[in-house]
Amino acid sequence: MKKLLMAAATVALMSTPVQAEDIKIGVILGYTGPIESLTPDMAAGAELAIKEISDSGALLGGSKVSSIRADTTCTDSAAATTATERLVTSDKVNAIVGGDCSGVTTAMLQNVALPNGVVMISPSATSPALSSIEDKGLFFRTAPSDARQGQVLTAILKDRGIKQAALTYTNNDYGKGLAESIKANFEKAGGKITISAAHEDGKADYTAEVGALASAGGDVLIVAGYLDQGGKGIIQASLDTGAFDTFVLPDGMIGDSLPIAIGSDLNGSFGTVPGTDSPGAAKFSDMAKSAGFKAGPFASESYDAAALILLSMQAAKSSDSNVFKSKVMSVANAPGVKIYPGELAKALKIIADGGDVDYVGASAVELIGPGESAGNYREIEVADGKNTTAKFR
Amino acid sequence: MVDFLNAFALLSNFVIVPAMTYGSQLALGALGVTLVYGILRFSNFAHGDTMAFGTMVTIFATWGLQSAGVSIHPLPTALLALPVGIAATVALCLVIDRSVYKFYRKSRSVPVVFLIASVGVMFVLNGVVRFIIGPGDQRFADGERFIIKAKAFKKLTGLNEGIAFKTSQGLTIVTAIIVVAALFWFLNRTRSGKSMRAYSDNEDLARLSGINPERVVMITWTLAAVLATIAGVLYGLDKSFKPFTYFQLLLPIFASAIVGGLGNPLGAIAGGFVIAFSEVVVAYAYKKFLTYLVPEQWAPDSLVQLLSTDYKFAVSFVILVLVLLIRPTGIFKGKGA
Repeated sequence: MKKLLMAAATVALMSTPVQAEDIKIGVILGYTGPIESLTPDMAAGAELAIKEISDSGALLGGSKVSSIRADTTCTDSAAATTATERLVTSDKVNAIVGGDCSGVTTAMLQNVALPNGVVMISPSATSPALSSIEDKGLFFRTAPSDARQGQVLTAILKDRGIKQAALTYTNNDYGKGLAESIKANFEKAGGKITISAAHEDGKADYTAEVGALASAGGDVLIVAGYLDQGGKGIIQASLDTGAFDTFVLPDGMIGDSLPIAIGSDLNGSFGTVPGTDSPGAAKFSDMAKSAGFKAGPFASESYDAAALILLSMQAAKSSDSNVFKSKVMSVANAPGVKIYPGELAKALKIIADGGDVDYVGASAVELIGPGESAGNYREIEVADGKNTTAKFR
Repeated sequence: MVDFLNAFALLSNFVIVPAMTYGSQLALGALGVTLVYGILRFSNFAHGDTMAFGTMVTIFATWGLQSAGVSIHPLPTALLALPVGIAATVALCLVIDRSVYKFYRKSRSVPVVFLIASVGVMFVLNGVVRFIIGPGDQRFADGERFIIKAKAFKKLTGLNEGIAFKTSQGLTIVTAIIVVAALFWFLNRTRSGKSMRAYSDNEDLARLSGINPERVVMITWTLAAVLATIAGVLYGLDKSFKPFTYFQLLLPIFASAIVGGLGNPLGAIAGGFVIAFSEVVVAYAYKKFLTYLVPEQWAPDSLVQLLSTDYKFAVSFVILVLVLLIRPTGIFKGKGA
């Protein structure tokens, strides 16, 4: 009798078809704080992918997927940890799209995701420190590390024949990581960073900071800050005092509001923002438009983060983070059928039939090393008071 | 000689002009604090937020004028809107005095009770301003931005270094001189001013000689409100308006008033400039400046910066501590903190 039961149990286990279930994805981004102007589109991007997959009815035997939002504040690690804790322990989310800013993302990962074993894919945390963090294979990002941005910026500076540059960064994880990466790469390439100085956000006046930067000198000023914050103040003060004419703008400084605020003096400045000329980007832009939001910075990365999570669940035949975490890399990378935005139902079917997919998505995802995007960048040049795309890198 | 001129231009551009402007703004703020301290005998912590309130009203009036197409180009429209802001702030200060401070004055409370009450007023005003205009940055400066641009200066003189002089900086310095002159004329030459000084020196004696204390208090609040609004609007025009920075401004303003000698108007002005210059001078990097002055082989490699700009605020507090230790009544003899 005992044997019979055992056998029956084994058979039942082996042959159980995947049970349809309710899967929950936490979308944890900074809906308030320094990047609050970007996060609504990012969340909409992630939720677009979630809806697409849920509506297809092809995930894990017709499972439904829903999303729950929570606020990281971008700056307050304690608030982000509490919000994540709530989603993981009380709402019982299966995986997380988030966090957004590097500092809070680290806190969320170490305080909540690791102890509870939940997969986190961040669409926008770019600090190089996250590459080497101990993550038990649970953390990925569809955004490239700023180590890569440092290389790209260096290449652009060299192409433009710039030998000396002054550097200022916003005093947080993002600014520091990016500044270190730019400095290391630029000096390796034979350039000289005359000064690397932090600035605090939210001050009324940056003349003193600019004074120090001007004293060190340089052909250009690299401003690794935020466009609505100290970054703008530094540029305005530099122009007012005639300290610098040309500015190098990393991704935190790219947005429509900056050229409008500064005016024609910003023409000729240049910078980088994650972006790609792959067909996925254009397709996603159309999908976003018909869904009623803008494919702004990091929106496509958010779509890809959500899609990767759900496709990996399908590949692992499980919604358990500790099981599907091992499938994320293989879903994201070759070999397999290339998957673009809007083709998630097709991807689910290929995987269910035992096939292989190579998820390209909206941001040309290619995960490298510790599970982060290899990084495609748009080189931006400000001309006639607008950000224009010079080329792709 | 050219090198010397270059060095001077550099220093003017990054140290002297910004410090003069900042010093004028601090001096105007400190004058308000010192007047209230001298006559009402308490430290008014709500002064920073009174500045924010006055500036807010002025900003709304400016926007109104701008949309009506009124302009006094090349001067900023805010100057035209200033009387509206002043009127509203005077009204606010008088209402607050009636509703809050008068009660404590009648019960002859000790100064620390007033001080705590002013902290309460500060938080209320802080909330009111943020509620009405929002916590973000507001720009309301218009008109010609520069009296002389750095590039134009270079072209004019043929020097390597330019001096930029913003309209707002010129306005701040000129206005500060006019306001201070008017204030001193009022205090020393008019009957009301003299009665204020008498009341400040000895309250009981002043009452005995027939000075109406309520009238003195009213004039004091009016002056404090006028000074706060002018200082706030000038600061906002020169930098930008954000409620939180006005709240932070309270610290250097108090430092200025105390360093100069609380209760002494002359001291407030001197204190403002001492604080402003020390903040800017200590945090400036002298590399380029020295490179112009010393022979080439002595040119420094390092930045020659005493303190990082992050420590700007710390500088004013170190000076404050030193002054309190060595000369507790301030540089000019005040009433003691």
